[in-house]
Amino acid sequence: MMRALFAAPVALFAALIVFFAYGLTQDPSHIPSILIDKPLPRFDLPGLDAASPGFGSAAFGSPIARGEPKLLNVFASWCAACPQEHPMLGRIAAEGTPLFGLDWKDQPDAAKTWLAQLGNPYARIASDPGARTGIDLGVTGVPETFVVDGRGRVRYKQIGPITVDDWEKTLKPMLVRLRNEA
Amino acid sequence: MRGVAALVALLLAVPAFAVLPAEQLRDPALETRARAISAGIRCVVCQNQSIDDSDAPLAHDLRVIVRERLTAGATDSQAVQYLVDRYGSYVLLKPPLEPATMALWFAPLGFVGLGAVGVVLYLRRRVAGAAPPLSASDAAAADALLEDRI
Repeated sequence: MMRALFAAPVALFAALIVFFAYGLTQDPSHIPSILIDKPLPRFDLPGLDAASPGFGSAAFGSPIARGEPKLLNVFASWCAACPQEHPMLGRIAAEGTPLFGLDWKDQPDAAKTWLAQLGNPYARIASDPGARTGIDLGVTGVPETFVVDGRGRVRYKQIGPITVDDWEKTLKPMLVRLRNEA
Repeated sequence: MRGVAALVALLLAVPAFAVLPAEQLRDPALETRARAISAGIRCVVCQNQSIDDSDAPLAHDLRVIVRERLTAGATDSQAVQYLVDRYGSYVLLKPPLEPATMALWFAPLGFVGLGAVGVVLYLRRRVAGAAPPLSASDAAAADALLEDRI
């Protein structure tokens, strides 16, 4: 009885330590997306210039008109981490995943110059200088990448640049799964 | 002397406001409501600042959205809900009571309860373990010892 009473606070303290240690491994800048398993919010945006078409949420398919799973990558020419992610995006596009780009809070001309320098991995680019579509998507910063299934539902959100590990262990297997699901 | 002047200047300094004049609404009543709402919305870039305090460009965008909603006739809670629909209840600096925040709201009560159980157990043991009253002969012996001392 006595021993149990002394052990209780120690056990409680140990439990708290485990709880806080777990908390420390979590990145507070990763705000969970509330869009998961919900359809993309509706939008329809122009491209970077009159010659290049933009895209809208309809490009991602719907429950009636099923398409292929796609990636929606949010980027900007002013974004510091985007050049770091860029080679990865090139590889993803080359491996055959349709990659759509949302140029967020950016001047279309600046984005065009940026893409001319680094290369353009995107199938289509939509320009969102007013940031409203990004805000509808719950974007907190760039880069962010949404995995959208063939029915136009958001299935996953990657915050920050896609690393080789992210692609090979998370995104790529997920896309394979979604393709089989459709 | 210069030190004193610097101190006075520091005391007179007011904090810089993140809300830019161009964002503010003409209608003072709406603007007051917008300020009050913004003070409770977390800046998703800087996390522990409200959008009312933050200079982040996204905080600016969200402040403008709050004002647009109010101008369009939304109630305070509708304007807040507009942001919650996009960023989740995480944007609220005061966490709402919902399944995911149960632990946050009720853990303190639980800990107080645990403490109360501990106190009750301790007090009960103390009562149970209290020394029995002295017998007449023991009392006499103790008195004799005390007398000796004096």
